[in-house]
Amino acid sequence: MSALGHVAAGGGSAAQVKLEKPRKKWLPYLLLLPGGLWLIIFFAVPSVQLFATSLYDPNGSLEEGYAMTWQFGNYPDAVSAYLPQFGRSIGYAALTTLFSLLLGYPLAYAIALKSGRWKNILLICVIAPFFTTFLIRTLAWKVILSDNGTVVSVLNALHVPLPDGRLLATTPAVIAGLVYNFLPFMVLPLYASLEKLDPRLIEAAGDLYARPVARFTRVVLPLSMPGVVAGTLLTFIPAAGDYINAELLGTSRQYMIGNVIQSKFLKVGDYPAAAALSFTLMAAILVLVFVYVRRAGTDEVL
Amino acid sequence: MIEQQHGASGADLRLDGVTKRFGAFTAVDDLTLTVPRGSFFALLGASGCGKTTTLRMIAGLEEPTAGRVLLGDRDVTPLRPYKRPVNTVFQSYALFPHLTVADNVAFGLRRRGVKKYADQVEQMLHLVEMDGFGKRKPSQLSGGQQQRVALARALINQPQVLLLDEPLGALDLKLRRQMQVELKRIQTEVGITFVHVTHDQEEAMTMADTVAVMNAGRIEQLGAPVEMYDFPGTAFVANFLGQSNLFAGDVRGRSGADLLVEAYGGRYTVPAARARATGGTVWLGVRPEKMHLTTQAVPDGHQSVTGIITDSSYTGVSTQYLVRAPWGDELTVFVPNSGVAAPLAVASEVTAYWRPEHAFLLPRPAGETHAPVAAREEVTA
Repeated sequence: MSALGHVAAGGGSAAQVKLEKPRKKWLPYLLLLPGGLWLIIFFAVPSVQLFATSLYDPNGSLEEGYAMTWQFGNYPDAVSAYLPQFGRSIGYAALTTLFSLLLGYPLAYAIALKSGRWKNILLICVIAPFFTTFLIRTLAWKVILSDNGTVVSVLNALHVPLPDGRLLATTPAVIAGLVYNFLPFMVLPLYASLEKLDPRLIEAAGDLYARPVARFTRVVLPLSMPGVVAGTLLTFIPAAGDYINAELLGTSRQYMIGNVIQSKFLKVGDYPAAAALSFTLMAAILVLVFVYVRRAGTDEVL
Repeated sequence: MIEQQHGASGADLRLDGVTKRFGAFTAVDDLTLTVPRGSFFALLGASGCGKTTTLRMIAGLEEPTAGRVLLGDRDVTPLRPYKRPVNTVFQSYALFPHLTVADNVAFGLRRRGVKKYADQVEQMLHLVEMDGFGKRKPSQLSGGQQQRVALARALINQPQVLLLDEPLGALDLKLRRQMQVELKRIQTEVGITFVHVTHDQEEAMTMADTVAVMNAGRIEQLGAPVEMYDFPGTAFVANFLGQSNLFAGDVRGRSGADLLVEAYGGRYTVPAARARATGGTVWLGVRPEKMHLTTQAVPDGHQSVTGIITDSSYTGVSTQYLVRAPWGDELTVFVPNSGVAAPLAVASEVTAYWRPEHAFLLPRPAGETHAPVAAREEVTA
C-alpha cells in the first residue's frame, strides 16, 4: 500500500497505477462467482427448502402433499422422541475425536519430524484408504469383526472378556469404525501444523531445562494447536452426522441421529420430522464448535 | 541449591579428546582445549569446519563419538541438555513464537521450578535494554531486538557457560558492530564464560579474549587475537585471520639473530624470534598494512620487492593496492589515506618495502608453492 502511495506521489507513473485499479475491483467478484453460484443453488436454496419442510404440517404425506402451517412444534416433538440418538451422536463423535487424536497425534508427529526419507510414503499410506469407497471399507470391518473372524477368535483364545462374547453389533465396534474412517481427517491437519514446527524450538526448550514432557506441553503442543483444532473439527463434525458405521457395525441400540434422519426421509417418509432433526443437529454442532473454537482460541493466547 | 549449581561460581570448560563423526565424515577430530572460567572465547572458522558441532556437543544437543566434555572436574558428557548448566543463544534465535517476550525469558527459570521470576525477567530485559517489551510477541520485534531477547532468555539462567552460535549472523553490518560492543559489555558485566562461534574474523577479534581458529575439525591455532594476528602459527591462520602476503622460500642460513631466506631469487632476513620454522622450506609472511609503497629509494633497514600496480581500490580509510611481483603473484598492500603521499596510478612501477621484524616465517610443506586461501563466507573489510 505504501509502495503504491510513493509511486502516486512520484507523479510520473501515476497514470499507470490508475489504469490498474479499476480492474482489481471487479476481479475478485468474478473469481467468486462460479463457487458462489454453486453454493447458492446446491446449498443455500436446499437449506431454505429444508427449513421450510421442517415447519410443515406433520399430518401431511408425500402422496397428499404437505401444508405449510409454521409448525414449530415439530422441533420439540422430534427432539424429545429421539433424545437418546442425539446423545449417542454427540457422545460417539466425542469419543471418536478423542481416540483419533490419541492415535493420530503420535502418528502425525512421527511422520512430520522423525520419518526422514519415508515421509512421502507414510503420507500416501495415510491417504491410501480414500482410494476405496467409505462403504466398502466399512463393510470390510464387518468381516474383520465378525463372530467367526480372526479378531474375535484371537481375543477369545486370550480370554479377553467381550460384551455378549462378540465384537460386531456393539458400541466399541461402531466407535472403532468411526475412528478408522475419520483418522486421516485428524492426521493430515496435525501433520501440516507439526511439519511447520522448527525443530530448533524443541532443542531450545531442552537447552532451557525443559524435560521431554515439558517440551511437549509447553512448546510442541501449543504450536500445533491450529492442527489440533482443525483435526478435531474435521473429525467431530462428520462423525456426529454419520450413520453408516452404526448401520453396518451396530444395531438399533447403537443408532445415531443420522440413522433416524435417514430412515425418516427414505423409509418412513416423515419429511417434517426428518427436516427438524437435521436442523437441530446442525444447530447443535454449530453451537458446540463455536464454544470449542472460542475456548481453544483463548488457550492459544495464554 | 539451584543458585549453587547455576550461580556465577563457574568452572573451566574442558574438552578432552572430543571427536564427532557423521558416517564417514569427521566433523570434529580429537579436540582438546580448556576455556578458562569467565573468559570470552571465540571459535572461528569457515562453514563446515566443525565449530558449530563442537558447540552443540558442549550444549548436549550432539553426542560425541569419543572424548569427554567437562565443567571443572565434572564430566557432563552423558548429561541430557536439560541437565547441563549451559545455555545457548541459537542461530536465528529460536524464540518461542507463541510466548511473549517475558514468557520467553522466564522459560528456563519456570522449568527449574522458580516461582518468583518476574523481577529477574525485568532485570534481564533491562540488561539487554529491552525494558517495556515484555508483553510483545517475538514476531513484533526487529532482528536486533529478537537477538537481545534470545540473549536475555539464556543469561537469566546464570549458566556456567553461555554458548553463542553465530548470534549476529542475521543482522546487518552496522547493527552487528553495535551488538559486538554490547555483547562484550554484557559479558564483562555478568562474568559468565562465553563461547562464541563465528566465521567473521573481525567479530572474533573484537570480542574474544581467546580465539581458536578451526579448520577441518581441528584447532589450527589458539591464542589472544593480538598475538595471533601479529605472529600467526600456520599459513591457514595467516590468511584466515586477516590477510597475509606469503612468499614461498627456503632458509639458507643464519646471521646472528636473523635467519636468511631465499625466495624467488631474492634474499631476505627475518629475526629468529619471528620464525616458527628455522630451516628447510618456509613461508615468509608480511601483513598488507606492514608493507609500504614508494616510487623512490627504499629507506634504510627495509626489505623490498619491486612490481607493477595492477589494481587499486579506495575504501575511505585506506587504499588497497595489488602489486604484481616479478614471479607473478599479487601482493596486497594497504596504504592509509593520511594525505601524506599522492595516490599511485595503476600500471606504474612501485617498490613494496617492509621492516624485517614485521615479517614472520611459517613452516611450508616441501611441495606447496601456493598459500592456502581460506574459503570465507563473507569478506569483511
